[in-house]
Amino acid sequence: MRRPFEQIVAEYGPMVLRVCRAVLGPQDAEDAWSETFVSALKAYPDLPPDANVEAWLVTIAHRRSVDVTRAAARRPTPVETLPERPGVTGRPEDWDGDLWRALKALPARQRQAVAYHYLAGLPYKEIAALCGGSTDAARRAAADGIKTLRGTYPRLTDQSGVAR
Amino acid sequence: MTTASDPQAGRLFAALPTQDAPAMARLHERLVDEAQREGVLDLAYRTMDTPVGRLLLASTVQGLVKVAFAIQDHDAVLRRLADDVSPRILEAPARLDEVSRQLEEYFAGRRTRFDLPLDWRLSKGFRREVLTHLREIGYGRTESYAQVAAAAGSPRAVRAVGTACATNPLPLVVPCHRVVRSDGSAGGYAGGPDAKLTLLAMERAA
Repeated sequence: MRRPFEQIVAEYGPMVLRVCRAVLGPQDAEDAWSETFVSALKAYPDLPPDANVEAWLVTIAHRRSVDVTRAAARRPTPVETLPERPGVTGRPEDWDGDLWRALKALPARQRQAVAYHYLAGLPYKEIAALCGGSTDAARRAAADGIKTLRGTYPRLTDQSGVAR
Repeated sequence: MTTASDPQAGRLFAALPTQDAPAMARLHERLVDEAQREGVLDLAYRTMDTPVGRLLLASTVQGLVKVAFAIQDHDAVLRRLADDVSPRILEAPARLDEVSRQLEEYFAGRRTRFDLPLDWRLSKGFRREVLTHLREIGYGRTESYAQVAAAAGSPRAVRAVGTACATNPLPLVVPCHRVVRSDGSAGGYAGGPDAKLTLLAMERAA
């Protein structure tokens, strides 16, 4: 018994969007989300009914985001000459540019480990299977990433302790 | 969904919204477009409000495959469609624009027959023969279960005609509500007895 795909989009779409945004930033996240869900829709009839849907989607998103990153690397980079500003796409709902600047500065492996663990809830064992390396290495990458972010992301040092 | 094994890490991502409705609406629309273009949207559906309650309409690329009343539980109907047809299902109202337009005209009394491509895959054998015949019962007319059985070539299969009507995957469009008991009473209906009476009264009045 497999659920209608519409339910998969409704239940997991927002989580996958957060992961794509954290790994790729606001500009490429929506392309990666779209490619992830089109791929998932194609493969969905063959997904074993007892599969972990979250891990399956993050796996697809990981592969798509690697593709998107490679495509971005091949693109000429006029972006470099533009001033850094929040809301690159000009959409009011775009999330905090400071957070993306801090995430972007991390090595890709750390950014992935942080996003897959803290936003998608994947255990380190599965992150290791996805990104290569050992479970311990995945745990270390996430811990190092968080440690760096504590120093580079200003909101974390906000003494009020209230998350906005 | 966030693993709050570290509350500080949870706070770290507070700037990243857990729900972003405008973005999800935009992405859903894009997913429908791309799925259609790649030919992987096997089932499109929408709901619409009518005088007989909210209807679920579902369509394959061949045509309308399912019409369901609210009392049939739309979520359960979608789950069955996922099993019987395909789980590649998305809410894609635009693909059902023509269906909903013709239904609106029907409920407004401006349409007496439907001209829509139909996908009959959810009905087989004798039941399908019965349903095919039902399309010949004109607007505002009724036939008894016995008359339909005779017309389908099996005069003794009155009960089977009842089953065919009860399991009609395309009510309204395939007018099983026009099949009534020999004594003139309305009989059962997938949309409930009140819905059947509403439809019969509406067609008589027009």
